[in-house]
Amino acid sequence: MRILVVEDDKDVASFVVKGLREAGHTAEHADNGRDGLFLAASENFDAIILDRMLPGGIDGLRLLETLRGQDNTTPVLFLSALGQVDDRVKGLKAGGDDYLTKPFAFAELLARVETLTRRGKSDGPATRLQVGDLEMDLLSRTVRRGTQKIDLQPREFRLLEYLMRHAGQVVTRTMLLEGVWDYHFDPQTNVIDVHISRLRQKIDKPFETPLLHTVRNAGYMLRTEEA
Amino acid sequence: MRSASLRFALIYSLVFGLSAIALAGILWFSTLSLLQRQAERSISDMLTVLMDANQKGGLPQLESAIRYRLTGLADPEIIIVLRDPAGRIITGNLDQWPGGLTQDGVWYQLPVSRGWAHSTALLETATLPGGLRLLVGRDLTAAAELRVVLRDGLILAASLMTALGILGAIFVRSLFRRAIRDISVTTAAISQGDINRRVAISGVGDEFDELAVTINDMLERIARLMDGVRHVSNAIAHDLRTPVTRARARLEDAALHATTREEMQAAIDRATAELDGIVAVFEALLRISEIEAGSRRAAFTPFDLAPVLQDLDELYRAVAEDKDLVLNTRIAGPLPILGDRELIQQAVVNLLDNAIKFSPPLTMILFKARLSDGVVQIIIADHGPGIAEEDRARATERFFRAEAARNTAGSGLGLALVAAVAQLHNGTLHLQDNHPGLRAVISIPAHVDG
Repeated sequence: MRILVVEDDKDVASFVVKGLREAGHTAEHADNGRDGLFLAASENFDAIILDRMLPGGIDGLRLLETLRGQDNTTPVLFLSALGQVDDRVKGLKAGGDDYLTKPFAFAELLARVETLTRRGKSDGPATRLQVGDLEMDLLSRTVRRGTQKIDLQPREFRLLEYLMRHAGQVVTRTMLLEGVWDYHFDPQTNVIDVHISRLRQKIDKPFETPLLHTVRNAGYMLRTEEA
Repeated sequence: MRSASLRFALIYSLVFGLSAIALAGILWFSTLSLLQRQAERSISDMLTVLMDANQKGGLPQLESAIRYRLTGLADPEIIIVLRDPAGRIITGNLDQWPGGLTQDGVWYQLPVSRGWAHSTALLETATLPGGLRLLVGRDLTAAAELRVVLRDGLILAASLMTALGILGAIFVRSLFRRAIRDISVTTAAISQGDINRRVAISGVGDEFDELAVTINDMLERIARLMDGVRHVSNAIAHDLRTPVTRARARLEDAALHATTREEMQAAIDRATAELDGIVAVFEALLRISEIEAGSRRAAFTPFDLAPVLQDLDELYRAVAEDKDLVLNTRIAGPLPILGDRELIQQAVVNLLDNAIKFSPPLTMILFKARLSDGVVQIIIADHGPGIAEEDRARATERFFRAEAARNTAGSGLGLALVAAVAQLHNGTLHLQDNHPGLRAVISIPAHVDG
């Protein structure tokens, strides 16, 4: 994927660009708002990682508003040191698709950017999700693996649905907390791990090949073995 | 007009002066109209008496009556004239019939002359049978003199009152200045840095005392906040030194002694974790100060807390079971409140985190919420070590960590955040003894529609 990084801090920018390239993406970098806007408007990107406070007269919010004003719908992830609730709301209102506060773990950034770029590609509301031999029917709200029906609590169902929608992608604990529970803060206890392990008991334990994998230092991923 | 005390003094003297003028005016006009009415009445009475005399005894009796009124000890102000139809004066004390008396029964005020004296008189006429005309009046000289006396008296009184008003204004001004001076001296001293100065209270209990008390309360609060800030900066410096030291030691140790790539990796991972911990502390601090600033009140919405708490129960039930704890949840809805859903979630999460962290295995955690007497109560009680009574008051301070919690992970900010959230919602956080353990009670006023 082709990703634009608009970030004025040299260290952070080179760290992000390097990481994205290692993950197999193409990354372009602009270190001020003017260049960032020029690049974003004139070339095609799959996603933009955007700092809020930028030199050069155009800050992140202005840049995004201008871009959206030109009907450019490239997914944008804000990466900002402004972490108050109001800042976050402002960023999302301006047309941002996600908001990550500095300092951040690269795994979190990568997982979120990859989710953003996938989001655009899904075509219409699916009624069935499938990962390997695991199937989910969203209408009858049933789950089966192979021939065996699996009973899930409503929240477990939503957790699995989120994982299946992001199959093959790393999903972080924070993303799960936000996406499944709609909580925007981090509990000290590893509540997500407990819920994942319960889900694992139901969908993986009785079967030969595991689908739900733990990704060290990052989160979880639902995928078939060969993927 | 820049001086408030001068403005007050001027307003005072203006009000005083205007009321003095009004008083004098009323006195003036009521006295004059009284005099006028008296004169009119005595003239009318006289006219009636004389006409009676004419009716009873004809012209001779009238003439003698007139003469009787005008001689001897009679009132020198009385004017009576009788003339025949041809205009000749039959009797009376005026030299000639004044011109302009055309109508009977009407009050005239005309210049008249009585021998040597020229004056103004109030006059009324009546026509008698046979064409005789009778004139009765009163000389107004004495009334005019009285008017002059009255006027002079009133002017004197008004000047006295004006002088008194000015004196009063000066007095009011100095009173005002004295009351203000205390406050301005104190506040000036405080802005110079002497935060411990307070405004003197006179003890009279007047408005200035009230103001002084309010100002002192405000200063008290500012001093407390400043203490808090000082305490927090000290605590930050101290509390963050530990993890920074650890992270630094790990990295340096790895740089000096690590021989394999794995050892290096492990050291870096642990140092990163330490740094994440520091970031979490900063985030919690920022969150608390954001809450304490109160700006999030603008985003308050009414909602039912019960489903929110049930969701949290569902999230934490699994965690509790995982640690062999029983979460005994009793949520009696609906629990209508006006507030910030996310903040309350976070406050309850902090309490649940604590309860789970400090509970020994195979114990029960009570998670209860109810509405009673217009107050929504959220109770989370565990059977852990609890907080010693002498520490409870300080447990909600930033970075406070009870003895029993020293060796567990945590920043010492959890309860501070809970207290801040409760306060933002006009509520309270109470920490009680659960015999054994901690019983934390958040009380928030219920939201009543309308």
